[in-house]
Amino acid sequence: MWTSEMTLMMWEGTLETLFMTLLSTLFGYLLGVPMGIALAVTDKNGIRPNAAVYKILDVIANIVRSIPFLILLILIMPLTKLIVGRSYGTAATVVPLTVAAAPFIGRMIESSLKEVDHGVIEAAQSMGASTMTIIVRVLLVEARTSILVGVTIALGTILGYSAMAGIVGGGGLGDIAMRYGYYRYESDIMLVAVVLLVILVQIFQTLGMRMSVKLDRRKR
Amino acid sequence: MAGIIEVHHLSKTFVTRDADVEALQDISLSIQTGDIYGIIGMSGAGKSTLVRCLNFLERPTSGTVEIEGKDLSTLSEKELRARRAEIAMIFQHFNLLMQKNVIDNICFPLLYGGVGKKDGGKRGTMSKKDARKRAAELLEIVGMSEKAKAYPSQLSGGQKQRVAIARALAANPKILLCDEATSALDPQTTQSILQLLKQINRDYGITIVIITHEMSVVREICSHVAIISEGRLAEQGRVTDIFEHPRTKEAKELIVKGEGEGSRTLENRQRDLMKGKCCIRIVFSVNSSFEPVIANMVLRFGQPINILRADTKNVEGIARGEMILSLPDDVRIQEDMKAYLVERGLAVEEVDGYVD
Repeated sequence: MWTSEMTLMMWEGTLETLFMTLLSTLFGYLLGVPMGIALAVTDKNGIRPNAAVYKILDVIANIVRSIPFLILLILIMPLTKLIVGRSYGTAATVVPLTVAAAPFIGRMIESSLKEVDHGVIEAAQSMGASTMTIIVRVLLVEARTSILVGVTIALGTILGYSAMAGIVGGGGLGDIAMRYGYYRYESDIMLVAVVLLVILVQIFQTLGMRMSVKLDRRKR
Repeated sequence: MAGIIEVHHLSKTFVTRDADVEALQDISLSIQTGDIYGIIGMSGAGKSTLVRCLNFLERPTSGTVEIEGKDLSTLSEKELRARRAEIAMIFQHFNLLMQKNVIDNICFPLLYGGVGKKDGGKRGTMSKKDARKRAAELLEIVGMSEKAKAYPSQLSGGQKQRVAIARALAANPKILLCDEATSALDPQTTQSILQLLKQINRDYGITIVIITHEMSVVREICSHVAIISEGRLAEQGRVTDIFEHPRTKEAKELIVKGEGEGSRTLENRQRDLMKGKCCIRIVFSVNSSFEPVIANMVLRFGQPINILRADTKNVEGIARGEMILSLPDDVRIQEDMKAYLVERGLAVEEVDGYVD
């Protein structure tokens, strides 16, 4: 039978999922944006080609992205403990989520920035703009629609990763679905948790797309 | 006299995996203050590379570029950026910021360009308010004031180029480089942009360098021209001299190729002549060409007619003569002439503009 405790559990699960997803995405972007900019700028067709820097970042991104999230979660527990103070709980999940998300976000930023028309960059160079000015005033501005679409994708992906947080007692809707549905065959609880997850993704997707369209000045 | 732009023995080689490509070889140019200097050549001749060497967007492999007596290769990165603010550039595809409106695009060089950096300033010394004021003035000059709040995607090609010109003028440059600036535009818009460039050259004394593959552009506004072929300088000098006495094969080729384009402006003039006149188009088929029809008609009616155009056209493999005549003003004679021509088996129709 559905009890009020279950409703409370769902509510808490939703909040935990939101907390982990949003915070990890935020930190992921704090690390991923500089990384993506560095990748785009130091690429051999970038505005400051630097083969060594590009190669190092390239390898780091590939290594982190190829490690399965579950393994990463366990592998970086010492780091988590150092930062959060303990290696279990909702807050502790944010660290591995951020580490997993940053290179992924960096790659998306890189590809968004590379879409910017080279002619516009050349025009800015011809006006005497510095590399930093071009990054801030040209690349990030012209690519903002594509970057926002990336944020939408990142939120969905990180939300998916957060389902594995249960391993370290992180909680969240994904954890509820696994515990009740997979281990205890209480499929009604699992169903509710999954539906809530679907709704969350749907909301992120709709909001993200709306914002990116609203900010795009190219077609009107 | 040393020019505002002096290029000495400039060469540029691109190193690719397969082979070294020599884009430019031993180019020397001298461009004087106030010139409108055309650099013409076929696609792939290296002219775009050459213009990028003039503001060091491309660094030459050897040779020097001097702007106002200053060798660009001796400048630091910072000094070079300050220099570039004085050498504006416009492009074939306009290269405006698509996410910014017209006024913000024009403010860009004032707020974020190399202006003011020359004197050790950190960034453009201009406040946002002053920049907007200056941008509004520039929009006035290029005739785009009512589009200040529009985004580039809402503008036509010609309008975008006008905005790009306003942006280029924002930092009060001494030199304006135009890289195929009219190549993406239709003939009429090309004309209006060229007139605007001419006006800018005259009113502000800005030296203009125009890269193009169209002889008509050079003939229209340039005072001097350099012909680039396969990375080498074939010929340079005053446009009138080269046009009248081309010395090299390349120059002759370009002038001949340009004739077709030139006849377009001639056609415009003819179209003006046709205004208010009764004009007819007649077509000669094979069996109507034995008799000197026009000459006979003039003798018969004792009235002169004006031949605006005569041409032969291949229609389904058969050559057909086509003529456009301007008839006398008298309506009765017009009708009689038309009847006379129809009688002789010619197709006759009235026209008020060329149908090509």
